[in-house]
Amino acid sequence: MSDAINTEFVTITVDGRELQAPKGAMLIEVTDKANIKVPRFCYHEKLAVAANCRMCLVEVEKAPKPLPACATPVMDGMVVYTQSAKAKEAQKSVMEFLLINHPLDCPICDQGGECELQDVAMGYGQDVSEYVEGKRVVFDKNIGPLIATELTRCIHCTRCVRFGREIAGLRELGMTGRGENALISTFLERSVDSELSGNVIDLCPVGALTAKPSRYGARSWEMVQHASIAPHDCIGSNVYIHTLRGQVRRVVPRDNEAVNEVWISDRDRFSYEGLASDDRVTAPMIRKDGVWVDADWDEALRLAASQIRQSLITSSDDDASDVDASSALAALISPSSTLEEMYLLQKLIRSLGSGSIDHRLRQSDFSDQDNAPVMPWLGQDIANLENIDAALLIGSHTRKEQPIINHRLRKAAVNKQAQISFINPRSFDANFPVANNISVAQQHLVHELAAVAAAAYALSGNPAPAYLADVVAKARPQPAHQSLVKQLQQGENSTVLVGSQAAMHPAYAAIRALAEAIAAQTGSIFGYLSDGANSAGAWLAGAVPHRGPCNTTDAVKGQPIADLIENAPTAAVLVNVEPEYDVAHSQALLDSLRRASAVVAITAFKSPALEDVASVILPAAAFSETSGTFVNAEGVTQSFNGANTPPGEARPGWKILRVLGNLLQLDGFDYVSSEQVRDELRSACEQMELDNSINDAPLVNVSAANDALMRATDVPIYATDALARRATSLQQTHDAVDLAVTLNPADAERLGLDDEEVTSVAVKQGEASATLRLILDASVPAGSAWIPAAVKGSERLGDPFGEVLIEKA
Amino acid sequence: MNKFTQFVKSFSLWELLLGMNLTGRYLFKPKVTIQYPEEKTPMSPRFRGLHALRRYENGEERCIACKLCEAVCPALAITIDSEEREDGTRRTTRYDIDLFKCIFCGFCEEACPVDSIVETHIFEYHFENRGDQIMTKEMLLEIGDKYEAEIAANRQADAPYR
Repeated sequence: MSDAINTEFVTITVDGRELQAPKGAMLIEVTDKANIKVPRFCYHEKLAVAANCRMCLVEVEKAPKPLPACATPVMDGMVVYTQSAKAKEAQKSVMEFLLINHPLDCPICDQGGECELQDVAMGYGQDVSEYVEGKRVVFDKNIGPLIATELTRCIHCTRCVRFGREIAGLRELGMTGRGENALISTFLERSVDSELSGNVIDLCPVGALTAKPSRYGARSWEMVQHASIAPHDCIGSNVYIHTLRGQVRRVVPRDNEAVNEVWISDRDRFSYEGLASDDRVTAPMIRKDGVWVDADWDEALRLAASQIRQSLITSSDDDASDVDASSALAALISPSSTLEEMYLLQKLIRSLGSGSIDHRLRQSDFSDQDNAPVMPWLGQDIANLENIDAALLIGSHTRKEQPIINHRLRKAAVNKQAQISFINPRSFDANFPVANNISVAQQHLVHELAAVAAAAYALSGNPAPAYLADVVAKARPQPAHQSLVKQLQQGENSTVLVGSQAAMHPAYAAIRALAEAIAAQTGSIFGYLSDGANSAGAWLAGAVPHRGPCNTTDAVKGQPIADLIENAPTAAVLVNVEPEYDVAHSQALLDSLRRASAVVAITAFKSPALEDVASVILPAAAFSETSGTFVNAEGVTQSFNGANTPPGEARPGWKILRVLGNLLQLDGFDYVSSEQVRDELRSACEQMELDNSINDAPLVNVSAANDALMRATDVPIYATDALARRATSLQQTHDAVDLAVTLNPADAERLGLDDEEVTSVAVKQGEASATLRLILDASVPAGSAWIPAAVKGSERLGDPFGEVLIEKA
Repeated sequence: MNKFTQFVKSFSLWELLLGMNLTGRYLFKPKVTIQYPEEKTPMSPRFRGLHALRRYENGEERCIACKLCEAVCPALAITIDSEEREDGTRRTTRYDIDLFKCIFCGFCEEACPVDSIVETHIFEYHFENRGDQIMTKEMLLEIGDKYEAEIAANRQADAPYR
């Protein structure tokens, strides 16, 4: 756990081998590096040293007793024996003590076969137990839908307790009592609610904490391990998918120090449950006389191709060249689709003469898209985030949106006392000390940023560029803004990050311009925390209407999603999109799609709304079933193979698009593998330079916000995509929110809703209305009505950032 | 000399008498042939025939879905699916033995920590249809229920040597 880089080395001798070790390092770190096995339970390289299991006792010359390797710093000339009679005797005795209270019913334990206690007992334990007395029994606690407990098996290594304290930042698990009475429990009878909580399953060396969703389903030795990449956030956590007879049984982390270290978020770990959802499309479906019927691939693909072709020919006019292909044919693709799917879809659409392809489904402000960088880039390595001195996050609920990024930031805040600030449309809980947690109603977010930008320009002494001059001049920085800017400027390694709530904001262009200005004036790195698993890849693949693959500007241009909503296309292709949840203006889009004469949906999941608007549904493979590539926020390209075969007739998305290209008689669709698609794009993108700086932008002007109550929204952590929304265990957690409206108590009082008896209210947005549960919470700023998006029922409402009327139900 | 002996032996039918002697000896010895299926040979308590799944006396199935038999099976004849039963215990939802694959090595009963899967004395069975060779959990439990007394006695008889 020594963080400082030691240049001084000492020489020690372990089992007759001379080893060089940095001074102050613990013995076990040195032996681990030299591949010398020392048994251990409580020691974990990512956690603080506890030295309470005593399993790692080794003999050290001149020491009267065996010493724990995990808590003994190396000293020059130290002579260590890990295999001597004395060391072995000590290890054997400790093992016997550990097994006194541990049940010996490995066959029914879910950890059996991958249990550290089992392994170490085989290697270092005695043949027979001399213990005949009664064993201790501890009653299990229900700590939520994700983690199963069997506390009788606990050996009190306290890894889970240290994880909660040091990594998750929540003291959720703790140890009470001493000796025989020691037990791990939640302090109160409640669930463990960290977004990283699943990692205690991997940390637990015994079967005391195991995964509840996959409990008793499979044994470690019978599952096949496939390396893959998690499909939910812009980190691209490395995972292993474990399958048994072609079914995904669980997902566990794969070590990658540069990306996710040894952790993964609960969303990445448990979302696989959605793969077995009843909503999976298992056969091609076509709509015949208004009724959905199963079809074979040939028929469905031919129908899809002819519908796409038809949209480009006007019925009245014989001259096909008159048709504006970009307004006739449009394509939407989920930002969590693979690079190959995005590239092929844009190639298909552009080959047909249309440029209307978009993956920015939740975005509504496209005014500055021509000034956008090559891709939404973090501006730095993910690993750099733990070395920052100061950071400003704008419109980002990092903890729930990108849990692994939040963990890196937390490391910086806790280990380096980094000054991390937020400017958010709601005061979100952070699990680390926050320097400035500024929350303003979403309609005032730009004002607030303008004030920070003004403070930044005042500090740097530079004049504001023309597109910002007006707002900066009008802004009145407060002391909080000035101190925030000073922290960023004083930090040697500081960063300004724009999150996905900013990207959804109706004034995203202004937020982006102001954020970049703040970063530039304070010498900070400017970066983006993008939506979905592959937003960066989508920009590279050309899944945007105004640029081709690899940032080429000579590609066919089309309309962004916002324009498609206003002017319905004749035909639309939806890839992995659930139109009712994945899109910002879902109701408007559904209306628009209803007016389209054909909607071809390539998707793994069907939903009533999709069946309502689509004309052909082609079953695609979901995460784990397709090969592909994700590009994460730091720009790392990570490819993966399919781990199991898709159910029924479903096929990988890139294959469907390939065949569709063939049927439309387009050139260049003769790929035989997804790698070929990726390599074609990669060779085109070789000369790409990433740069987040903004040199020009549309004029930023701040309209005076009115006093009306405005809706504000976020996408809850377990509602981000079709897969997560169908993961049953995740949907039972506290983070899975249902549709409700959260108001500031002051607003509630103003509206006469502060009566305790008022539990539900009528919410009206233009023509849309709904009766929702009312929650009063001061974390929502006055002037905002917080209504989540992408949850059941949210599609009935209107503009996610529009005016909202709330009255008694 | 040799020629002379051979001449005498062939005329005195010496070889024939030797053969008759052997036949005569066996004629009066006790018979080893048994009249199967009316008669049957004795069997060791360790005989490895058709499989059975046993229950405890209270009717609870013994199998805890530890999957050790599946892992140890050299012929990959056993297929098990498991899940958490409503009462929270670990149980199989499927326990199939493919008798075409099975080589009756007995490793499964050796591996079983709860004496659940056992091999019985039954060796006379046949299949009439394709697919009949798959013994399901229900079939195996039924055999176990039917022959429990015999299985228990065999286990008892073999216990001193384990």
